[in-house]
Amino acid sequence: MISANLYTYLIVAAVLLVIGLYGMIQHRSLIGMLISSEFILNGAALNFMAFNRFVAPNPAVGQIYALFIMGIAAAEAAIAVSIIIAVYRKFQSEDPEEVQDMKN
Amino acid sequence: MIVYQYIAEALFYAFVALTFMGGFMAIRSKLLMHAVLGLAVSLFGVAGLYFYLGSPFLTMMQILIYVGAVCIIIVLGVMLGNTPDQLAIKNLTRGNLPLALVACTTGFVALFIATVTRTEFVKSSEHIGDMSIQFVGENLLFQYCLAFELISVILLTAIIGAIILARDGREEKTS
Repeated sequence: MISANLYTYLIVAAVLLVIGLYGMIQHRSLIGMLISSEFILNGAALNFMAFNRFVAPNPAVGQIYALFIMGIAAAEAAIAVSIIIAVYRKFQSEDPEEVQDMKN
Repeated sequence: MIVYQYIAEALFYAFVALTFMGGFMAIRSKLLMHAVLGLAVSLFGVAGLYFYLGSPFLTMMQILIYVGAVCIIIVLGVMLGNTPDQLAIKNLTRGNLPLALVACTTGFVALFIATVTRTEFVKSSEHIGDMSIQFVGENLLFQYCLAFELISVILLTAIIGAIILARDGREEKTS
């Protein structure tokens, strides 16, 4: 029963983290980096849920933390998208290589 | 093992495959819109994994919040942000491919060694409650009330901040 094993979920979460890391390095646009950060957050939430299911004494704590991470991710996505739109209006570009100074 | 358990295992493999394929689609696609689609597929797979971890409530929340809300926000960002054409077509850079591969391989191997071979996870001896929504709600509103209030304040701040950031300067756009 591979679906009832803690290590399976830990490895899946590690792969999600690595996917996010790779995308964060490889993407050339700010939106691509935002997408990659969602993978990293999901890996963290999956870890919380796995430990909640197999190790923790109170099974509500992990679910509450996973819900907390979802709320943080939603707020972060909204803020990041609005910042990207504002940055695009200022710089006419979404390339992080060109968006370097914080003036004007 | 009866036949239902085989079906459940097969579905588990399917969800894991969905997660990984969505992830690879998100990081390897040339178009940003395909990357968002890959993100949605991958988050759907993670929702299935939540179901196997015994929490149908989080499965629904994952589909509702992540697949429903966050992906739609990112799609809006892709369409409103007006990415320049050569960047949208060729989204990925090749310059630091060795760096990315080395970082990811090292990170994964280190995590794998640290978790699978070096750590012994001890199951807690006493258990309280169950995985039901009722128990989660009682914990959320009594013992972990701070997390509940904090996420409310953060979401309110994010809404106001997003409106303020994205509102002004619309008329001074030139091109």
